[in-house]
Amino acid sequence: MGNDVVVVVEHDGGVVSDTTFELLGKGRELADAWGGRLVAALFGEPELAGELGAADVVRFAAGAELGGYCPEAWEALLLNVVESVGARLVLIGTSTVGMDLGSSLAARWHAAPLSYVVALRADGDQLLATSQIYAGKLLADLRVTAPRVVVTHIGGLLPSDAGRRAGSPAREEIDPGVLGSLKSAFKERRVPDGGGVDITAAPMLVSVGRGIAGQDNLELAQEVADALGVPLSASRPVIDQGWLPKPHQVGKSGKKVKPKAYLAFGISGAPEHLEGMRNSELIIACNTDPSAPIFDVAHYGTTVDLFDLLPELAERLGD
Amino acid sequence: MIAMRIVVPVKQVPDLVEELELNSEGSDIDREFVKFVANEWDEQALEEALLIKEAVGAQVSVVAFDEPDVDQTLYTALARGADEAVKLTGAGDGWLSTAERSRLLAQWLSGQSYDMVITGVQASDDLDGQLAGTLGGLLGVPHASVVVGVEPGSGSVTVTQELAGGTVVRTEIATPCVLGMQTARQAPRYAPISRIRQAMSAGGLESVEAPGEATGPTDGIELLRLYPPEKAGRAEMISGDAPAVAERIVEILASKGLVKL
Ligand SMILES: Cc1cc2nc3c(=O)[nH]c(=O)nc-3n(C[C@H](O)[C@H](O)[C@H](O)COP(=O)(O)OP(=O)(O)OC[C@H]3O[C@@H](n4cnc5c(N)ncnc54)[C@H](O)[C@@H]3O)c2cc1C
Repeated sequence: MGNDVVVVVEHDGGVVSDTTFELLGKGRELADAWGGRLVAALFGEPELAGELGAADVVRFAAGAELGGYCPEAWEALLLNVVESVGARLVLIGTSTVGMDLGSSLAARWHAAPLSYVVALRADGDQLLATSQIYAGKLLADLRVTAPRVVVTHIGGLLPSDAGRRAGSPAREEIDPGVLGSLKSAFKERRVPDGGGVDITAAPMLVSVGRGIAGQDNLELAQEVADALGVPLSASRPVIDQGWLPKPHQVGKSGKKVKPKAYLAFGISGAPEHLEGMRNSELIIACNTDPSAPIFDVAHYGTTVDLFDLLPELAERLGD
Repeated sequence: MIAMRIVVPVKQVPDLVEELELNSEGSDIDREFVKFVANEWDEQALEEALLIKEAVGAQVSVVAFDEPDVDQTLYTALARGADEAVKLTGAGDGWLSTAERSRLLAQWLSGQSYDMVITGVQASDDLDGQLAGTLGGLLGVPHASVVVGVEPGSGSVTVTQELAGGTVVRTEIATPCVLGMQTARQAPRYAPISRIRQAMSAGGLESVEAPGEATGPTDGIELLRLYPPEKAGRAEMISGDAPAVAERIVEILASKGLVKL
């Protein structure tokens, strides 16, 4: 059994994600604790290796079609990396790529999967982890004794500076033969158009969740947003229902925002939502459920009904 | 031509709107008084399967383990348009971990013919998005998760996956394959109570012995402690009725210079 730690490098449009740097920092710490190497797995865009100075080794595969992300190809490459280095731990962000690859890699590599991890540390030769479960309503402290583990870690919780280091890791190309017998083919990658609104630039956001209960009710929140002169944003279900267009979505699969004030109405605070807004300077949340996880990140909270509160706010904020 | 077969595994999850209590050992939630509901992402999976059925023809089979109130969920699926509902019994008392659920489902599936397995992208209990990938890995077929669109072809499907910020990638994948559905192309259809009742009285639910039993928690992961997040970082709760709360919020915003009083 080896002691190497493998970090999967996520990149989009030639930019390495912040989460990758966070995990490189954590991976460095764990590899040092166990006397192993830190291996960065980089698929597509090999020139990004220059930014991965925190790693001892960059295992890379070239090919434009890889850069766009193709699940079966990435899985085959990653399996090759973990089997050929002496890996004991694989770190991936809890992103689409992490959700997609983490569990299948664990099944094929006979490793224990740990997902929605929020904390990791070495305890002698073992690994201690904390995972979120029940959409963040509970935390589980876990001791990992399995010889191999695949961790998907929530982004935004670790300092990314720790992983941004100068260095000249060894570059090793993965045998392209690994991709010989794929049953999938990458077709295209599409970036959505902005649709006019940039919620990441707004000084404040009035944000609505499923608690708003219907498109017609958006008017109530819109009045508050108008009074403040800021845009509406929303959780994913509001977008999925078609009540607001995609560029208004906050969260893991939406925009990451950091306004001076984030006012949340009828949002429970699922991990995927918090990932997009937890670093806002001021968070005020309205939710009738006193145990809603949004109150764990909010500075101020209220359990009054949003349908009572929004008109009161509009009245006071309108001139 | 034999129509395509799509299998949709569904599960029951605790209703997160309710308070979760721990059991006396502190090792799990107390499942005695919890209300169980259908996993919302399974409904997205079923909806996409039904849309494919309507577009190109398919037999849609829904499969679940014997869990609290699961009959209701299975009959609702039939009422929405599924062709078959299978309940796997005898796998164990109540709750199954993802690892076991995947292993047993993979065993059952390997005795079935299927073109696609469509799961929900995740369940809000502790499934955490592992089912589609684990099934793909165990069955040795390609998979894709966080899927927002499926275009069936012949011998393959083209799936759209969503990356961060709304960027999407399209990949053509040979069938059979396993897909984890994030969002179907349209909101899950509504099944009128009358139709659910009809499905119930028609009794189209097939009970089948599960291919094995639960064997316990995942090897190599030991639970040390289960607990709600620390209250320390919690919000200061504003008391009073809606006008009082609104007043206070405006004050807070004003104190930060964000609005003028
Ligand atoms: C891969 C993946 C990516 C995702 N990406 C994102 C993302 O980018 N952004 C995102 O937001 N989600 C995302 N999600 C979805 C996420 O898991 C949650 O489902 C979602 O955030 C829940 O949205 P919500 O809080 O609006 O709804 P719910 O969780 O249903 O919460 C609604 C809340 O409203 C409260 N409420 C109801 N009525 C009232 C009332 N009258 N007054 C006050 N409060 C009320 C309820 O108590 C409840 O807490 C993603 C999921 C997956 C699997």
